Amino acid sequence: MHLPDAEQLLERLAEAIRADLRDDICLVGIHTGGVWVARRLHRMLGLRTPLGSVDVAFYRDDYKKKGLSAGVRPSDLQFEVDDAHIILVDDVLYTGRTIRAAMNEIFDFGRPTSIRLAALVDRGERQLPICPQYVGAQVTVARGHLVQLQSDPASERLSLMLVAREAKA
Amino acid sequence: MSTNPQLTPEGRLRHLLTIDGLPAEILLQILDTARSFISVTEREVKKVPLLRGRSIFNLFFEPSTRTRTTFEIAAKRLSADVVNLNIATSSQTKGETLLDTVANLSAMNADMFVVRHAQSGAAHLIARHVGPHIHVVNAGDGRHAHPTQALLDMFTIRHYKGGFDGLRVAIVGDVLHSRVARSEIHALTTLGVPEVRVIGPRTLIPVEVARLGVHVFHDMSAGLRDVDVVVMLRLQNERMDGALLPSAREYFKCYGLTAEKLALASPNAIVMHPGPMNRGIEIESSVADGAQSVILPQVTFGIAVRMAVMSILAGN
Repeated sequence: MHLPDAEQLLERLAEAIRADLRDDICLVGIHTGGVWVARRLHRMLGLRTPLGSVDVAFYRDDYKKKGLSAGVRPSDLQFEVDDAHIILVDDVLYTGRTIRAAMNEIFDFGRPTSIRLAALVDRGERQLPICPQYVGAQVTVARGHLVQLQSDPASERLSLMLVAREAKA
Repeated sequence: MSTNPQLTPEGRLRHLLTIDGLPAEILLQILDTARSFISVTEREVKKVPLLRGRSIFNLFFEPSTRTRTTFEIAAKRLSADVVNLNIATSSQTKGETLLDTVANLSAMNADMFVVRHAQSGAAHLIARHVGPHIHVVNAGDGRHAHPTQALLDMFTIRHYKGGFDGLRVAIVGDVLHSRVARSEIHALTTLGVPEVRVIGPRTLIPVEVARLGVHVFHDMSAGLRDVDVVVMLRLQNERMDGALLPSAREYFKCYGLTAEKLALASPNAIVMHPGPMNRGIEIESSVADGAQSVILPQVTFGIAVRMAVMSILAGN
């Protein structure tokens, strides 16, 4: 199947957020892909608030099944979470479980006034009542496949690729 | 198929009994995970839900304040339920065997045992006899091993030195009776520290230690020259009574860390000590409290490292 161009989706996402931008908005990317998207958006939108990141490994609901994932990165929220307006950023929105974990983690830092959700790609098939406010594109993906975001280390340019679940990097 | 009793058939860590025989990847996974737990302890809610509903039993057959407390805090910050058993004062005095004690606690649905025992091999023995879903952490067994202390020391070294490449590390004192020293040497060599030295009197350095790939010094001034890390060991007071040492004053003169001797090390050298310290016996107060001392950060890091160990084990 054909996946859309990630750079175009990023433009579209930035455009959608810009429509209701306020200068106290804080972006929080979810490791790893969501952080790449959030970093680019942060620059495109010219935000002055610190860019946040969360690694949801300690909040996942599949720990009992899969154990702790290797390569956990520290979560980093360098702003006052109490009363903040947050936009949570992920690369590919799927079951919604990662978003639940990320929200639980954010609430351990404080009580934000609002959290909105931005995703570069929404592949549907939600298992939880979670709905994004900003989406680059909706795509339909065959079962057993994953949409993966890649970031060029030098240019930070984003691209999407389809991989079979077994071959997940 | 792995033959290491600490690992699952897939090579994942099931128990933490000793550093000896663990691959560098597992040590680094623990250190990396611990780094993420440091940031957890700086939040408003200093807790993550990973071990919610799990029961962890601290089985301390030998007195300990710091190690037991840091394990307890670590388990609580992972949302586990913690039961502390000070067994020197309980059923063992009534004649119950170690394995009977463990079997009874397993019947109370324990998920993990953290074991401190004066007998070398106690944690291994327990690990061999527990059910398949139970994990065992060795919190110090006799003269054998103290793996979480070694890991928190590795975390401290990496934190202050940025890594392990090109480092010179000196371990000073009673290596003979020290489980910390043994675990430390295994961890340092596994992580690729090129030069590990041990410094101490002939009576307190075991002859076989050179086989572990370390350099032995009996002259502290020579041994400290240009080192990046100084690990002081606790001199156990009971050693004074025997024939191993002439006196505390004599020991301090030869092997106590003073500002003068520390000046021989690299100017950025850090000073570590696993505690509890004997001020004026193995370390001068001004050094213990000085700018190069990282003894209190070691304690803080110890909580994050124990959180990492418990959360990795319980998930495997």
